[in-house]
Amino acid sequence: MIEVTGITKRYGGTLAVDDLSFEVKPGQVTGFLGPNGSGKSTTMRMIMGLDRPDAGRTTVNGVTYGSLGWPLREVGALLEAKAIHPGRSARNHLSALAQTNDIPRSRVDEVLEVVGLTSVAHKRAGTFSLGMGQRLGIAAALLGDPSVLLFDEPINGLDPEGIRWVRNLLKGLGRDGRTVFVSSHLMSEMALTADHLVVIGRGRLIAEMPVEDFIAQSSQQFVRVRTLQPNEFSEAMKSNGATVVQEDDGALSVAGLNAREIGDIAFERRLPLHELSPQLASLEEAFMELTQDSVDYRGGAADPADALLTLNNGRQMPAGK
Amino acid sequence: MTLITSTIPAPTAARYRPGGVMRSEWTKLRSVRSTTWTLVATLVITIGISIIATSTEATRWTHSSPADHLSFDPTNLSLTGLLFGQLAIGILGVLAISAEYGTGTIRASLAAVPDRRLLLAAKAAVFALVALVVGEVVSFGAFFIGQMLIGGAAPHATIGQAGVLRAVAGGGLYLALLGLLALGLGSIIRHTAGAIAAFVGVLLIIPLILPALPTSLNHTIGKFEPVTIGNAMTSVNTHLGSGATPSFSFWVGLALMAGYAALALGIGGWRMMRRDA
Repeated sequence: MIEVTGITKRYGGTLAVDDLSFEVKPGQVTGFLGPNGSGKSTTMRMIMGLDRPDAGRTTVNGVTYGSLGWPLREVGALLEAKAIHPGRSARNHLSALAQTNDIPRSRVDEVLEVVGLTSVAHKRAGTFSLGMGQRLGIAAALLGDPSVLLFDEPINGLDPEGIRWVRNLLKGLGRDGRTVFVSSHLMSEMALTADHLVVIGRGRLIAEMPVEDFIAQSSQQFVRVRTLQPNEFSEAMKSNGATVVQEDDGALSVAGLNAREIGDIAFERRLPLHELSPQLASLEEAFMELTQDSVDYRGGAADPADALLTLNNGRQMPAGK
Repeated sequence: MTLITSTIPAPTAARYRPGGVMRSEWTKLRSVRSTTWTLVATLVITIGISIIATSTEATRWTHSSPADHLSFDPTNLSLTGLLFGQLAIGILGVLAISAEYGTGTIRASLAAVPDRRLLLAAKAAVFALVALVVGEVVSFGAFFIGQMLIGGAAPHATIGQAGVLRAVAGGGLYLALLGLLALGLGSIIRHTAGAIAAFVGVLLIIPLILPALPTSLNHTIGKFEPVTIGNAMTSVNTHLGSGATPSFSFWVGLALMAGYAALALGIGGWRMMRRDA
């Protein structure tokens, strides 16, 4: 269990994290989603006690990080790739960490095996690829068999096989009943891995909800229509409860009715249609839209459903996936 | 899943302990090449320069004045190399902490040991032990080799003579404390290049600037310079040569060096507590 309560962090004049609160519960994978520079890493460093918040507090399993008796046995973290002395071997790096928390040497070999680095355990970490560095970081996180795990962008630098491996690892850790908190700037990745989402933008909370809800909301359909009588058509749509937006290219985007209903209404009103094509907003688009303008949702307008509706405003959506 | 098939034995204490943190620091120190290289450099440079200084003394002796003969100190001469070897051990002291910041390892270290003062103290203690052992080996090595090489009419010292053992052991102590001072500078400055520059500045640049000052001022400030203190600690003969800087006694010098190291580490620890990692 991770609890973040009203944390704020300022670097010079920039507000990196702004009164952020959320909870990360055990037994599931919680995705920490936001664009690059939105404050994800800063928040994770504050949870780990590395950076001190200007206001608010964070706790892990009910206590502040600094009060943990055996930190590595309770919390494991991958905070940055290749944060290791290039001249030190993978095994020595892990051994040094293990010794601080009275973790036996046998466990070092075990986690090296789990991440598939046994054959290069004696090689200097400077020779490692980014992907191997990520695996070593994951090995360090698993070292103390902790109940709480934080991973900052764990799939960076991994090949497709490595990405699948991390995905399964994270899900497995969640199924074990552990608290798993994973940051990413890729919505599509989180849709595959996470059960729950914490979405931030510019250091503020935008959404905190189950992934299914997020997908349901952001997969909202709309229909592209072309007609020579846009005004009459719009009237007809609005009287049936739909919203209509004029696109730059002259097409109309209709939300709130499906293609069959729109076609039927147009037929009844004798309005010829030149195009009638259902569109689907991609998850990635939804996320981009949600976070890009996050500053607009400050103070009361933070309902993500409202934010998602702006998808239809004045933009042409890509064809559905 | 494979990662939880084995269980880690439960800890016997409520909290992580200094012993474990020191073992970890020892693993870190011995597992990088820079440690080996800087320690070998300390040894080779110190003893090498002492060999050069002592083996040429026979010729110099026949051409030097009675005053020079009076202030001649064979023990101190054989430890001349410490003046250069101290640079190498200082670089190791800086690297012991600055490399952690440079590579980002410090965040893994602090995640494992959130008590920053304990982490720095354990690091300093392990480094001090290693530096002291190497420093004594280097100092005694330079002394014994040097005394064998002082030839001709020039007198040489034996370890049993009054004050000689203290001076030779003092050479090792001086190296260890200077290394700790460098580690302290590293913990304050965090950047390898910056900390090494500061260390070299304290050690070599200031002594080069001081002679430009009026003599009284030069001597007043010069007494506090680590190099002057190191020279005094490794001297047996108290007759001052012409133009030499007066200096503190062995024990005052030792206390000053320990004070410098403690001050630098204290500021470094205070900075660590207050700043983000």
